[in-house]
Amino acid sequence: MGGLLLVTRLVGRDLRFRPAQAVLLLLAITAATTVLSLALALHGVTQRPYQQTRAATRGPDVVALFGGPVAGPQGPGPAVPTVQAEAGALTGAPGVSGHGGPYPVASAVLQLGTIAVQVQAEGRDQGAAAVDQPKVTAGSWVRPDGIVLERTFADALGARVGDRVGLNGRRFTVAGIAVTAASAPYPSLCYQPGGTCVASLPTSCDPTRCTAVGSGEPLTTLQMGQAWLTRPDARALASRAAPLAYVLDLRLRNPAWAPAFAAAHDNAQLGGPGSGNLVPWQSIAYDDGLLVQDEQQVLTPGAWLAGLLAIASVAVLGGGRMADHSRRVGLLKAVGGTPRLVAVVLMAENLAIALFAAAIGLVAGWLTAPLITSPGAGLVGPPGAPSVTPATAAEVAGVALVVALTATLVPAIRGARTSTVSALNDAARPPRRRRVLIAVSRRLPVPLLLGVRLIARRPRRALLGAASVAVTTTGIVAVLTFHATADDRLRGVTRIGNPVVTRDEQMLLVITVALLALAVLNAITTAWATVVDAAGSSALARALGATKRQITGAIAAAQLLPAVPGAILGVPLGLGLFVAASGAGSRGTTIPSVGWLVPAVLATLVAVTALTVIPAWAGARRPVTDVLAREA
Amino acid sequence: MTAGTQSMVRARGLRKEYGSQATLVRAVDGVDLDVAPGETLAVMGPSGCGKSTLLHLLGGLDRASAGELWLAGRRIDTMSERGMAALRRDAVGFVFQAFHLMDELTAAENVELPVLLAGRSPRVARRRAGELLERVGLADRARHLPSQLSGGQRQRVAIARALANRPMVVLADEPTGNLDSEATLDVLRLFESLHEAGQTLVIVTHDSRIAATADRLISMRDGAFIDETRLTGGTSGRLGALLDLDG
Repeated sequence: MGGLLLVTRLVGRDLRFRPAQAVLLLLAITAATTVLSLALALHGVTQRPYQQTRAATRGPDVVALFGGPVAGPQGPGPAVPTVQAEAGALTGAPGVSGHGGPYPVASAVLQLGTIAVQVQAEGRDQGAAAVDQPKVTAGSWVRPDGIVLERTFADALGARVGDRVGLNGRRFTVAGIAVTAASAPYPSLCYQPGGTCVASLPTSCDPTRCTAVGSGEPLTTLQMGQAWLTRPDARALASRAAPLAYVLDLRLRNPAWAPAFAAAHDNAQLGGPGSGNLVPWQSIAYDDGLLVQDEQQVLTPGAWLAGLLAIASVAVLGGGRMADHSRRVGLLKAVGGTPRLVAVVLMAENLAIALFAAAIGLVAGWLTAPLITSPGAGLVGPPGAPSVTPATAAEVAGVALVVALTATLVPAIRGARTSTVSALNDAARPPRRRRVLIAVSRRLPVPLLLGVRLIARRPRRALLGAASVAVTTTGIVAVLTFHATADDRLRGVTRIGNPVVTRDEQMLLVITVALLALAVLNAITTAWATVVDAAGSSALARALGATKRQITGAIAAAQLLPAVPGAILGVPLGLGLFVAASGAGSRGTTIPSVGWLVPAVLATLVAVTALTVIPAWAGARRPVTDVLAREA
Repeated sequence: MTAGTQSMVRARGLRKEYGSQATLVRAVDGVDLDVAPGETLAVMGPSGCGKSTLLHLLGGLDRASAGELWLAGRRIDTMSERGMAALRRDAVGFVFQAFHLMDELTAAENVELPVLLAGRSPRVARRRAGELLERVGLADRARHLPSQLSGGQRQRVAIARALANRPMVVLADEPTGNLDSEATLDVLRLFESLHEAGQTLVIVTHDSRIAATADRLISMRDGAFIDETRLTGGTSGRLGALLDLDG
């Protein structure tokens, strides 16, 4: 009990005595824990909007698809009697309590102004359906020559109620805009096989170079949208090259049975090629969540990068604090403190800061998550509350503690093992001698000579600086690779917006800002630690004739030289991170051009130098006599 | 004839103030000083009397609040920061009480440092360091780190470093303050040889035995000169015996 009181008192007093260092530590760890909390808090946030949309649209439990790209080679399409027979078998199956359809689905090219895009046009009755009645959010439901567009798709097109659009050359008016729970919203409609995509490109079309007749606009199922129109209008759009498919919406007595029902009534039982594919509502909910899942895919590696930078920050800051603690260690030992007590005192402070940072990160993540968890226009209702479970809290706190422990364990043990006398004398850890670097530096201009010798004095700090720049460049290169890959994939089909890419870009911006903020903090703290550590030798060099500019140049060189390999190493690491995090594989990844990579690396190095010059110049302004008198 | 042409160091009305109004402290208060070429001058006084501050002003480590200062006929108190740095590098050698050697550099590398800072080649720097370490009797300790040297040896390395760029004047601030009697004698012998070689020396000390070795002794109190004595004994003769340091 007494020991706890002592540790608490010492930690409290030290925090009050050195608040600036504590605040910097807190900022570094908080940045990492906030990004991690954000990534973890996104779990399941789209569940609630999907359920609300299902309720509002009387969403189906299972969607049966007849024809389309998943059902086999294109041909004239499934025969109506066959579809009716198979639909009858499904609607009469045990557990089915209601149905809608089968509805005809035409594959068509929608033309709005100069934009042409592939669309899945579903023929519906003008009256409301008992199962899957899309909720109209603007305008009205289908009517002859009146088309209703899925809301995310309409947003991407910039289409509004009353606009005139063409479908396979026929003119329609946008009668309304609606949301549905029966299919994934744009652009995820055909995102993965086995989804609710039943339309396809025309059979005459080369999938790699398919263009719209007339406009020459490229077509791809990757950007297919959902539309509804009357059954006669849908049938009128069909042709031999683009035959009709069919959709049947099923309601089960127990929605939880949907996956089992879909598995039990798969293609084979439905009658072979050209026949049905069953999609349970849980799969559609999953596809609906792709928007947010992509965010997580971006945020999670981003959180790890931020964590690595935080470790570097804490190591530099913590190392500086440990040097300050030298005299305290001596006093503690002189009055009978055991090495263990000393180590506990030295580490408790950083661990306390880490826990506090974890708490702030959790709250910040929980509060800011709703800003980035909008489920998108494809669903109705607000996002669910971000999930902060005990497991999430434990994970964030664990990461914060690991960051603090990794960075302070070695200095704490070293402090505990320091001899009492040298600790009482406040003897700083003697700098290391690197014979080769000292010898090489003799041939360099004065700023480089002094800079290289500063690196030789504290190689671990130089290594941390290099690692920090490597992590920052890794993040920047990963972001550039994302843009290059996205641009490459969507080349020629990017005339309409892609909400997934837009959301990814927003998340990347969040990550980039967090990484840059931490990198700036690192550059300044590392430079300042170097300035403080080298105060004596810098003052001595000035007494021996070095100018302030040479000293500033030396400090800058001491940061810049390790930063160069760090920045270069960041390039392959960034590419590797993108390949690993995106799951795109190396073939699916587009390497950013040299015109982007070289300026990114150079800009990082210039930024490091610029950030270093400020503390270096401030340090060089200290009067030589003051420093030498203090060091005496 | 311009001011200061006959003196290696010349100061007129030199003043250094800290603080303002109620907290104003005059560390150096209107000092006039002339040090002739080849002269050894000792400055004595109690702690805090301003003698170290005076030394810092003379060496361009600090700037005076008022007054004029010449070194070898060149006005130095109006020099830019860069000019002051060049002055410290080429014209002045410092010897500190606390040695101020770089812990991670060997004795030779410490002595080389000012030569390298002056932009000379590594070979020239190495040769000059060898000569100087030979001169201070530490040729066999050239590859030793400061932590492997005794206090007296460290100060001898520091003196060698102060001489590296053949300065016009060597300024020594309590050079024997951290040394035992034997090491003090070594350092004094070294200063004696410098004096004989015509080196201008200004030594700040509060040890009267050290002061007795100089050509001239100035006493300071409260930032001002209160007494000046020309010493007849100087640094010639049987120094150790005179100072009773031989043991």
